[in-house]
Amino acid sequence: MTLAEAENAVIDEFSMYEEWLDKYEYLIELGKSLKDYPESSKVDNNLIKGCQSRVWLDYEIKDGRIVFNADSDAIITKGIISLLIGIYSDRTPEEILSSDFSVVEKIGLKENLSPTRANGLVSMIARIKDIARQTVKVD
Amino acid sequence: MIKSCKRNIKFINFAGYFAYINNLSNIVAYMNIESVRSLFPALSRKVYGKDLVYLDNAATSQRPQSVIDEWNRITTESNANIHRAVHCLSDEATQAYENSRDAVREFLNAESRQEIIFTSGTTASVNLVAFSFGETFISEGDEVIVTEAEHHSNIVPWQMMCNRKGASLKVLPVDDDGHLMLDKLDELITDRTKILAVTHISNVLGIINPVKEIISRCHDNGVPVLVDGAQGIVHCDVDVRDLDCDFYVFSGHKLYAATGTGVLYGNKKWLESMIPYMGGGEMVGTVSFTGTTYAPLPMKFEAGTQNFASAATFKPALNLVKLLNNNDLIKYNDKIRDFVLDVIQRDDRIRLFGVPRGTIQNKIPLFSFVVNGVHHEDLALILDKMGIAVRSGQMCAEPLMDRFGVTGMLRVSFAPYNTMEEAEYFIECLNRAINMLI
Repeated sequence: MTLAEAENAVIDEFSMYEEWLDKYEYLIELGKSLKDYPESSKVDNNLIKGCQSRVWLDYEIKDGRIVFNADSDAIITKGIISLLIGIYSDRTPEEILSSDFSVVEKIGLKENLSPTRANGLVSMIARIKDIARQTVKVD
Repeated sequence: MIKSCKRNIKFINFAGYFAYINNLSNIVAYMNIESVRSLFPALSRKVYGKDLVYLDNAATSQRPQSVIDEWNRITTESNANIHRAVHCLSDEATQAYENSRDAVREFLNAESRQEIIFTSGTTASVNLVAFSFGETFISEGDEVIVTEAEHHSNIVPWQMMCNRKGASLKVLPVDDDGHLMLDKLDELITDRTKILAVTHISNVLGIINPVKEIISRCHDNGVPVLVDGAQGIVHCDVDVRDLDCDFYVFSGHKLYAATGTGVLYGNKKWLESMIPYMGGGEMVGTVSFTGTTYAPLPMKFEAGTQNFASAATFKPALNLVKLLNNNDLIKYNDKIRDFVLDVIQRDDRIRLFGVPRGTIQNKIPLFSFVVNGVHHEDLALILDKMGIAVRSGQMCAEPLMDRFGVTGMLRVSFAPYNTMEEAEYFIECLNRAINMLI
């Protein structure tokens, strides 16, 4: 699946739920499915600032592709980072940087979060982009 | 005692308030909750297509129409800078502002209107005292006492002042139930203690602190006391002369008045000797480049153009407070508190902070708690989509979060306009939310 296809899949999936509570339920399931983030990686370096709950995002490079792993102490936030990882993990940095990340607006995630939480979302995206940029540089 | 915290206004007085509250004619002596709600336009709105259930009253209350009307009236008809000009509009605005001061004085039973300083809120009031009292009376090696239950606004201004003056900050702890450990008070007070700052009711714990006893014990040692009344003014009958407090500070916006309003009550003996906080317009006697004399109280502490349209809303807001002190309504509100407290305490998934002891009457309808295995932010997000406004996070009381070993809590706080149906709906939704998350 290309990155654009993955983005569209998420948009389709999200549009199936009319009620925001159902969308939350979907995010909660996504959050619960995100597992195996090592306790030892819960370090300040991986902590994303600007989130009310704590979010850790770590990554490794495998065959030129960035594989993300994340965790959060709040499950909806974990669902959001899980959704982002689902789209952007296991991609080349060039692919990631080619995205305009408009998917979060298209699914109404940004406008449906209070400003403090929307800041958290913006910070998560900024971190993903940062990691991609750094990886390009290293290459 | 219970009585000191319930304003016992009789029906007979209640009828008299109609005279100056023109939009309350639909309220009869038997207080109907729907008629109370009809006074607050925001309560009838919907969020996400659902009826709004507003349970974040400890953060700010909703505004009654009478307050909105008064702000509009001043802004529309009498917008002019107060205390300065001789023209008609300025006179009207000044009158409204000063009438509000009289209403606050009467409400607090302060001895003099000179003891009522308008500020922008509780935080501004504490900062004013910490600065002006500190600069006047505190020197290197002196001590200030606060409690572990304080809001950041009653910690940080004191800390800043202590850092400036080389003084030290000491802390009166709370016990596991959230009650102040008064047995530690005597050992904290020394001959270097210059002031003690204590909250009347913690915004997290919702327990009415025995401030009268604290004040009396401090005064026995010659220590003045500042009471943070941000929550206390809403839930207790505050008589500053009976309490014998040196300072009592609160915000208007939690008490139905416009936002950006606050009060500092200060005993004249302190206010007169304290240096001003800010310099500027209307706080002066005479000004020259070689020196300035200051205006008498209360103007000495009200530099610059005041938020007069908002401050004027204290008057209708306080009229409303008197109206809400209806015995039927108080009984109804108590029933809601008892119901929510009972459900929360019986649920072993929930850990409540601020557990009443002795009498339930020292607990206000404010409940901060955590649910085992569930993040407070998740609960708040889900409740929001169910139409329920609650607070989540550290609630500006990080030391208290540390004390209880949590990163945050969920808080629901009720106002007299909340209904039993809303309380039941909240409990039902809380259950649904927990089940979604576990």
